[in-house]
Amino acid sequence: MTAPLLDIKDLQLGVALGQSIHPLLKSVSFQIMPGEAYGLVGESGSGKSVTSLAVMGLLKKPLAVSSGKILFKGQDLLALPKREMRRLRGNRVAMIFQEPMTALNPLSTVGRQIAEMFVLHQGKSWREAKKLAVEALSNVRVPNPDRRAKSYPHQMSGGLRQRVMIAMALACNPDLLIADEPTTALDVTVQAEVLRLIKELCAERGTAVLFISHDLGVIASICQRVGVMYAGCLVEENETRALFDTPRHDYTRGLLGALPRLGSRSQHGRQRLVDIDSIIADRSKLTDTRFIAPRGTEGSQP
Amino acid sequence: MRLGFNFWLGAGLTALVIFAGVLAPWIAPFDPVLDADLMSSELPPDATFWFGTDAQGRDVYTRILFGAQISLTVGIVSQVINSIIGVTLGMTAGYWGGWWDDLVNGLTNVMLAIPSLIFALAVMAVLGPGLPSLLVALGLTNWSWTCRIARSSTLSLKSQGYVQAAQTLGYGDLRIMFTQILPNMMGPILVMATLGMGSAVLSEAALSFLGLGIQPPFPSWGSMLTDARQLIQLAPWVAIFPGLAIFLSVLGFNLLGDGLRDSLDPHMRTRSP
Amino acid sequence: MTPPLLQVDDLHVRFPISGGGLLGKGRRMLHAVNGISFSLAKGECLSIVGESGCGKSTTALSILGLQEPTEGTIRYRGQPLAGPGAPGRMQRAKAVQMVFQDPYASLNPRQSVRSSLAAPLRLHGVTAGSEIEGRIEAMLKNVGLTPEHATRYPHEFSGGQRQRIGIARALILEPEIVVLDEPVSALDVSIRAQIINLLLDLQEKLGLSYLMISHDLSVVEHMSDRVLVMYFGQIVEEGGWRAIFETPAHPYTRRLIAAIPDPNAALSPPAKEDRHTADRPQLAAHSFVSDGSRAPDVFTAPPSSKLVEIALNHKVRLAATLSD
Repeated sequence: MTAPLLDIKDLQLGVALGQSIHPLLKSVSFQIMPGEAYGLVGESGSGKSVTSLAVMGLLKKPLAVSSGKILFKGQDLLALPKREMRRLRGNRVAMIFQEPMTALNPLSTVGRQIAEMFVLHQGKSWREAKKLAVEALSNVRVPNPDRRAKSYPHQMSGGLRQRVMIAMALACNPDLLIADEPTTALDVTVQAEVLRLIKELCAERGTAVLFISHDLGVIASICQRVGVMYAGCLVEENETRALFDTPRHDYTRGLLGALPRLGSRSQHGRQRLVDIDSIIADRSKLTDTRFIAPRGTEGSQP
Repeated sequence: MRLGFNFWLGAGLTALVIFAGVLAPWIAPFDPVLDADLMSSELPPDATFWFGTDAQGRDVYTRILFGAQISLTVGIVSQVINSIIGVTLGMTAGYWGGWWDDLVNGLTNVMLAIPSLIFALAVMAVLGPGLPSLLVALGLTNWSWTCRIARSSTLSLKSQGYVQAAQTLGYGDLRIMFTQILPNMMGPILVMATLGMGSAVLSEAALSFLGLGIQPPFPSWGSMLTDARQLIQLAPWVAIFPGLAIFLSVLGFNLLGDGLRDSLDPHMRTRSP
Repeated sequence: MTPPLLQVDDLHVRFPISGGGLLGKGRRMLHAVNGISFSLAKGECLSIVGESGCGKSTTALSILGLQEPTEGTIRYRGQPLAGPGAPGRMQRAKAVQMVFQDPYASLNPRQSVRSSLAAPLRLHGVTAGSEIEGRIEAMLKNVGLTPEHATRYPHEFSGGQRQRIGIARALILEPEIVVLDEPVSALDVSIRAQIINLLLDLQEKLGLSYLMISHDLSVVEHMSDRVLVMYFGQIVEEGGWRAIFETPAHPYTRRLIAAIPDPNAALSPPAKEDRHTADRPQLAAHSFVSDGSRAPDVFTAPPSSKLVEIALNHKVRLAATLSD
């Protein structure tokens, strides 16, 4: 069995309030294999985004890790000096966000911003980097990459900006791409294109993906393995198909039942949606049980 | 509800000014105008004259207590006038837009381009010196920032769902402005007003200093500073105490404004379950 | 024949956009809505779907009286609701109300639940304190809250509860039509089912007519009786929910449906293909006005085209020349 690319062991983190720490993550452990697309699904406040920030080393005060390990290729990121971490970020581990407008510099052309990645992490000259930037834009299927490289972020549509973000993130061929709700702000048809792009590019390059979303459909269409988070705990983890076919945790069942599914009305007529509170008697006991399915050896294709 | 130290300091200082002004006739040991005695002029602070005496031998402490009346009146009245003008113009301009917005914007820009003290001087020159014209002058000159803030707040609040909801519920424009928009922008307006109270006190001092404000022999902190000008080396207390009074009251208004803003924020008003 | 509850005829909305730069080439008109016609029956849920910028929100705002139509008529029970002869806000308020997308921005943070429900009642002539209290209490129960909630302020509620308050406010004047603007898309997934169930219950209980604006097609399929698909200011397809979801005819409708990240579809792609490529033979020869693969120019009026009925109550937009 291959070693995991990312191995999060018993990660706990919280908000420091004076002397005490208010926990946000209560012991989260999961692994991502090289080239695997792993989905973290959960609602607002479940801790999925802070997990990704912890991996990126971007936790800001008063957020702080209280215990646990984040092993990336066997190296504990939490013990890594800041300089080393900075070298890793954007190079070996890259991230894309929900709103690309806030992550892009409005005063600089997108070509320059992509080129900067090559200059910073690969020591290329600006001349060379600009050429690579145009290439990176064409890789994410931006039409007229030569011309588009000279545009500013505000001149682009949301979908194009997210493509630029992907081009930047994948510029240095990272081992792991963290995508935090990257398509939530986009229209459905654009979302479908961006999802396909992420899926194809990462498969092509063997980039592992940590995909964070509240949308089970999005997760299902891109990930091989899914972890369900609730109140700072990973309550269930399984291969995608198994999770959707046979959810075992009450919360997962509640989530799946709470969504109207396309086609279900024409097949079964309009049925009342499952009220999650009718499945879950006591939300505070939800995190007492966890179902973490062992990694299967059989096909993990989505 | 938790209020910070700054709020209480501000409230304390403001209360002190109000206390001094309102109770001046009873707690002042002397008369501010009539108890002039050249024999006891420029005495340093002692047990009888707590803050010393000025060139005419009047008790500085007494005059500061009575000066508080002027400062309070000027600060509050001018800011009430300013806020009413600024909010009315800014809110209607932001809400209705169109030619009215253009007009208000133009007027605001003109007002901002004229130094407010010069404008106040011009108004005072027309109306003549004295307290009423001082109030009018200061009330007409400082509304432009309030107006801008009211306008921009209105523009952003206008697109909030609850304002649209009020429109669909049949609320009239004025009702929407007063029940939906105004309460939600009171914070910055109140802060502007208290900051303005501070600057109005300073403007009053400046105008009185220039001889256009409160006429001698009646005391205002500004006119007291004018009188102290020649004595600053000889009898520094004549300048220090009115200066300190201005400083502390302006500080008090500002801290109070900040504290009020925080306490008006409904997120601070969480009740215990 | 009695007129329909709501009738929209040939609605156009255009916005003036000032030309770029200091030496702008004058004003251009942005064509937001280009000749929309539809009707809404009593007790029906009609959904308008489409992506951002398609004009669905502008259409809704026109019906609510928050956006003046450039052309066209909107009638409520045969009486004009917009344009000349339109009633004031007061009368319109009793006809149409709205539930907003973002439950955080749609409640006045400085008004308690009671005052945000009582003020509209007072405004509309309910002055007796006991009646106001009674109606607020009943309404809070209707939306699944308790009378004790009335004294609280919006920030003391969760997103789902806020949306319930928003629904209560929309229903307090007992309107016949409720515009639902993406009513669940800002809510947490597990809360959505509760709000959808609530909306369907209320519709049945109070005989409400819903006009829902949404881009979430799975919610649309679940809730709607009829669906309008809008693309750049025009209706490109119109039909019963079954027709739209089982036999979508316009390429754009198909693209929208195919783009939904649906777990079932994602995990079993062949079934999805079968469902949407089943074509109707009589359409094969026609070309559609816009297949949605290219964004049209929003500053010119769209080319002439018309909605053609291809099955009972199922219409699709075809280029005018080809359909004649």
